[in-house]
Amino acid sequence: MDKLLRVSYSPHIHGENSVPRLMWGVIASLVPAFVLSVLYFGLGAILVTATSVLSCVLFEYLIQRFIMKVPPTVNDGSAVVTGVLLAFCLPATIPLWLVALGALVAIGVGKMSFGGLGSNPFNPALVGRVFLFISFPVQLTSWPLPMGFKTKLVDAATGATPLGVIKEGLLNNQQVPPLMDDIPSHMQLFYGNMNGSMGEVAAMALLLGFIYMVVKKIIPPVIPLTILGTVFVFTGILWLANPESNADPLFHLLTGGVMLGAIYMATDYVTSPMTKKGMVVFGVGIGVITVLIRRFGSYPEGVQFAILIMNAFVPLINSWFKPKRFGEEVQHG
Amino acid sequence: MLKTFAKGGVHPPENKLSASRPIESLPLPQTVSIPLSQHIGAPPAPLVQKNDQVKTGQLIARGEGFVSASIHSSVTGKVVKLEEVMDAGGYRRPAVTIQVGEDEWMPEIDTSPGLIKEFDLSGKDIIEKVKEAGIVGMGGATFPSHVKMSVPRGKKAELLIINGVECEPWLTSDHRLMLEKGEELLVGIRLIMKALQVEKALIGIENNKPDAIEHLSGLCLGEKGISVVPLKVKYPQGGEKQLIKALTAREVPSGGLPIDVATVVHNVGTAFAVYEAVQKKKPLIERVVTVTGPSVKKPCNFLVRTGTPVSHLIEAAGGLPDDTGKIVSGGPMMGKALNSLQVPVTKGTSGILILPESMSVRKPVLPCIRCSRCIFVCPMGLEPYLLMTLSEKKMTEKMEKEHVMDCIECGSCSYICPSNRPLLDYIRLGKAQVNQLIRSRKK
Ligand code: SF4
Ligand code: SF4
Repeated sequence: MDKLLRVSYSPHIHGENSVPRLMWGVIASLVPAFVLSVLYFGLGAILVTATSVLSCVLFEYLIQRFIMKVPPTVNDGSAVVTGVLLAFCLPATIPLWLVALGALVAIGVGKMSFGGLGSNPFNPALVGRVFLFISFPVQLTSWPLPMGFKTKLVDAATGATPLGVIKEGLLNNQQVPPLMDDIPSHMQLFYGNMNGSMGEVAAMALLLGFIYMVVKKIIPPVIPLTILGTVFVFTGILWLANPESNADPLFHLLTGGVMLGAIYMATDYVTSPMTKKGMVVFGVGIGVITVLIRRFGSYPEGVQFAILIMNAFVPLINSWFKPKRFGEEVQHG
Repeated sequence: MLKTFAKGGVHPPENKLSASRPIESLPLPQTVSIPLSQHIGAPPAPLVQKNDQVKTGQLIARGEGFVSASIHSSVTGKVVKLEEVMDAGGYRRPAVTIQVGEDEWMPEIDTSPGLIKEFDLSGKDIIEKVKEAGIVGMGGATFPSHVKMSVPRGKKAELLIINGVECEPWLTSDHRLMLEKGEELLVGIRLIMKALQVEKALIGIENNKPDAIEHLSGLCLGEKGISVVPLKVKYPQGGEKQLIKALTAREVPSGGLPIDVATVVHNVGTAFAVYEAVQKKKPLIERVVTVTGPSVKKPCNFLVRTGTPVSHLIEAAGGLPDDTGKIVSGGPMMGKALNSLQVPVTKGTSGILILPESMSVRKPVLPCIRCSRCIFVCPMGLEPYLLMTLSEKKMTEKMEKEHVMDCIECGSCSYICPSNRPLLDYIRLGKAQVNQLIRSRKK
């Protein structure tokens, strides 16, 4: 009864996880934020997201097929994730050709030029976003007012983001407490009812996605918690020291891109550290740099730069912060 | 909170299909092939020649040297061949092949079912009897047990740990043994305690075997110094170092042995074999083997004589399923894939797992996405993704610095990797390279 048997080394079973499963898990967790952004910004949110996702997938396919000449791997879902995240940090009324250009830079420069998934040092979506921000500052900072499906696709009514209002005011020697009157209440900020990038506004939805990913064990909670904690503590200290020229810590958590950045951009597997200790260092670094830029830099928001800067330190962090080995202290003791 | 080890680990589906099947004696096959090296020591020379008649339990090869175990005939019959056979690892090993006749045991062996509790022996005598009976670790590593029962000079044992964890999915042989041979097991534990001169023994059992925990806890009530500790289900808790950590919170130092933290670990199967050897004068010639798999008709636990071909066990469990792709000797995490059904059962064979074709093919390998999962699950605190890269690049010294030799080859890293990377395959290669390097340094 001898038949041909397969022979390979142990282990002979494999867990449920796969790259597509993880990536689609991330995408599923982004659905609430997407729904809210459509409610706030209408058709524009749908068009920008669709354009971004389709461009990312298409560019990845074309580059793999015709330039790198490797079998395309677009169905692993990673290009879709990049597409959604890129869209989420853009204004909902941005011209669609700019979205496609951003996608090209994100995938082409941010990911494929380094060899594709797993080899890129910087978060591709952020590479695309920062490129657009530097090259097209006006379009990238025209934030539509959240008027739902009444938001016009062109020439929409725009206004500064809450962070922008504060920054502008401080530059004009105004004080923070009166400026707060022009800004929606903290509860409104939590729901995401404010001017801003389409997927960044709704802290509530992003936190829901975070909980989903942690429960489903898609990401460990370390990085988001340390970033948000650091921002909270650092801005809290500034605020206690001088409430006249600093916004309160809750305001800082609920505005700008810090939620999206902490939960989705900084947790990108490829571009974040490998050990828990390393993740803490990485998260604290991002939190500190974000607050420094917000408070003392010339831009109102700094989380994207903070993440990219810390991305560059990841190889160093990985070689410094090793996991604790079984039986190691005993050996040295 | 149930105890477990602190770092890493995975929880594959348990699939203990045969857990409620009592141990059955497997009818004898027509021939048995008993490999002469069933342990890690050097193979001993056979004491029998072709055409000799042997009885069940007769010594056919004496373990030479300290780290070596004796081999006994598991059947009565005529020696028909002294040739090499393929073992579970795919290596050819010298073996004695016996044509099986009417079962006749050596006269000194007590084959009656009665329990013998009392003993009046010195530790030395016990160790000597264990050595004579050819007992080896029955969890798979098959290290001669008398060596582990002799505490090296300058060290002291305080605690005996009995491994009833059976953390490998699918396998149930230890589980059944604990349920059906609990009293014998406890006598075996007393014997080992006496040999080691320890006052305390802990039996670690994972919580997915509540009946075994309850049964043995009940029996332990009357026993001074022996207690059962239920453990949270987590693989690889059956690894010596992980089990010691779970039960005592002590960490065996990197490169060290359990005795460095004053503990000795023996498997439940071994403890039972010690009972039979000392109290019944019965050498180690049979063991419990689970035969199981998703398409196996009748998943079973068999009491099998060593040397029995795997095909014989599979027949008795309902035959080889049509969709068979792979046959594993041992559990799915650490077992060896067999390339022939003629491979004989040895002292270390805990189970035969028959996997369908759909579970036998590895999934395509993708690039590492640096998700950290392999690091999080590594019970030894290593960085498997890094070790694999270093092994691919043959960076042997760097691998040694990254402590590749600490790897216990549990396979948790390969199991968890979402990119299906064959981490452990490369780490094994890396360990071989580092071993070579260490040997070349000694020259
Ligand atoms: S589990 Fe696999 S993909 Fe994740 S870091 Fe380890 S090797 Fe890379
Ligand atoms: S590196 Fe070794 S010890 Fe660590 S998980 Fe992989 S096989 Fe187990």
